[in-house]
Amino acid sequence: MIMENNNHNPAIRVQGLSKSFGKQRVLHQIDLEVARGETLTVLGRSGTGKSVMLKLLIGLQKPDSGEIEINGEKITTMQLDELNRVRKSVGFLFQSAALYDSLTVEENVAFPLRRHSEMNDGERRDRVSELLSRVAMEEAREKMPADLSGGMKKRVGLARALALDPTIMLLDEPTAGLDPITASEINELIRELQRERENSSIVVTHDMRSVEKVADRVAMLNEGNILIEGTLEDLKRSDDPIVSKFVQEAGR
Amino acid sequence: MKLTLQTYAWLTATLLASADVWPKSDQVKTTIQGVRRLSLGVLGWFGGIANFCVRLVRAAVKPPYEARELVRQMDEVGAKSLPLVVLAGAAIGVVLSLHTRDSFTQFGAESMLPTLIILSLVKETGPIITALVVSGRVGAGIGAELGSMKVTEQIDAIEASAVNPYKFLAATRVLACMLMLPLLTIVADFCGIITGWIANALVEPITLKLFLTQGLKDATFADLLPSTLKTVIFGFIIGMVGCFQGMRAKGGTAGVGRAATSAVVLSSLFVILADVVLVRLIITFYPQ
Repeated sequence: MIMENNNHNPAIRVQGLSKSFGKQRVLHQIDLEVARGETLTVLGRSGTGKSVMLKLLIGLQKPDSGEIEINGEKITTMQLDELNRVRKSVGFLFQSAALYDSLTVEENVAFPLRRHSEMNDGERRDRVSELLSRVAMEEAREKMPADLSGGMKKRVGLARALALDPTIMLLDEPTAGLDPITASEINELIRELQRERENSSIVVTHDMRSVEKVADRVAMLNEGNILIEGTLEDLKRSDDPIVSKFVQEAGR
Repeated sequence: MKLTLQTYAWLTATLLASADVWPKSDQVKTTIQGVRRLSLGVLGWFGGIANFCVRLVRAAVKPPYEARELVRQMDEVGAKSLPLVVLAGAAIGVVLSLHTRDSFTQFGAESMLPTLIILSLVKETGPIITALVVSGRVGAGIGAELGSMKVTEQIDAIEASAVNPYKFLAATRVLACMLMLPLLTIVADFCGIITGWIANALVEPITLKLFLTQGLKDATFADLLPSTLKTVIFGFIIGMVGCFQGMRAKGGTAGVGRAATSAVVLSSLFVILADVVLVRLIITFYPQ
């Protein structure tokens, strides 16, 4: 492993990553790097393995082959205890927000804090307030997830993902299923958080507006391979039929 | 009557003829493949639950312990099952008394009634009825709750928060079932004995004290304790099967339904099978 210069040590490095479910090949020999403070958006049609890739990155699923490094640490060979240490430095927003539906909004955000920080009740309450007000959800703290709209769930999910001050954020379709105005608000929120916190992020999406707002760099997945990687301009200029069709259709 | 029988026979014949159960030449192969797939499925299930069990125990013994969640689950499994268990125990007490009275009177053995009611409740009926009632309520509850958490990615979210779901979700539920089932069984036994006495006393006045003295005069430690403690194993089965079925649920809401149903069916089945083995063991180790 080459790690002589820490500055060149990317936040996320993926090499030769492959994953299949039965006979269905989901990812094939994927190479990716996300530099510190950079936001990479991963585009692609539904079912091209984008969500699977995010889950592989925090060890929720095991790859068939390939290497994954998070902050310079290989996670593919880690024991659960070590993996959990790495997971604390990664915030994950699930596509469905995946809030715990037996807990209130406040308890949801407090869940990682209760387990992994030494805070007392008062400090924890303050931290939860701070996080909820950051995503403009403070007045909903007593509500149950079932009483929230899709956009509100995403906001609470974001607050929960930020709870342990992660250095890396993985966002799985943050605007999917939202109306254009709410989607734009969520995009704005993500952009602001990136500026404030200088996290490295991977945002999986098929929403071109999301890409325009939050991406430093774009990669497009198709049939388990990376079809194109570069800036949004590179993507727009590409004459690959699949890429240009995607850009055209999504931009409408 | 004749017509009904004929219609029935005709219907059965038509159904059998049309049913796809008869081996046609090319179907023999498919049948063999089907049997093979089924047996692989069954073996796979046992392998899966054994692996689940190992991971769960390994996670459970390692600190920090999830005391808060354990207490919550004990309330869920124990306190909230109480009304159902009280009712089931009480009903069984009455039924036992009603059923046995007539036959015992015929043989002039009424004096044996308290012994029969109390011992059959404590040794077998109480534990098994409690286990089946709890496997229906709690097994389905665990299967459905964990199943829906699984299909809505909440279990993934727990893992992503660096919390071990085997410890937080499964171990607490299994342990709660193991701790609560003996207590629920004692409650069911108690209610059954009381209603058994009432049902008896209505026909032939007998004081509760006499009923108990008669019923328990030959009872020993070996009659009472092992049969109550065996419900710890029933609790283990109910919690384990419920968690396993729930955490492997897939395929949306239909998957949640399947997880809940299979949790109840399998846990009831294994409770009954385990009972056969446990009764045999208890008789071996504590001979009458």
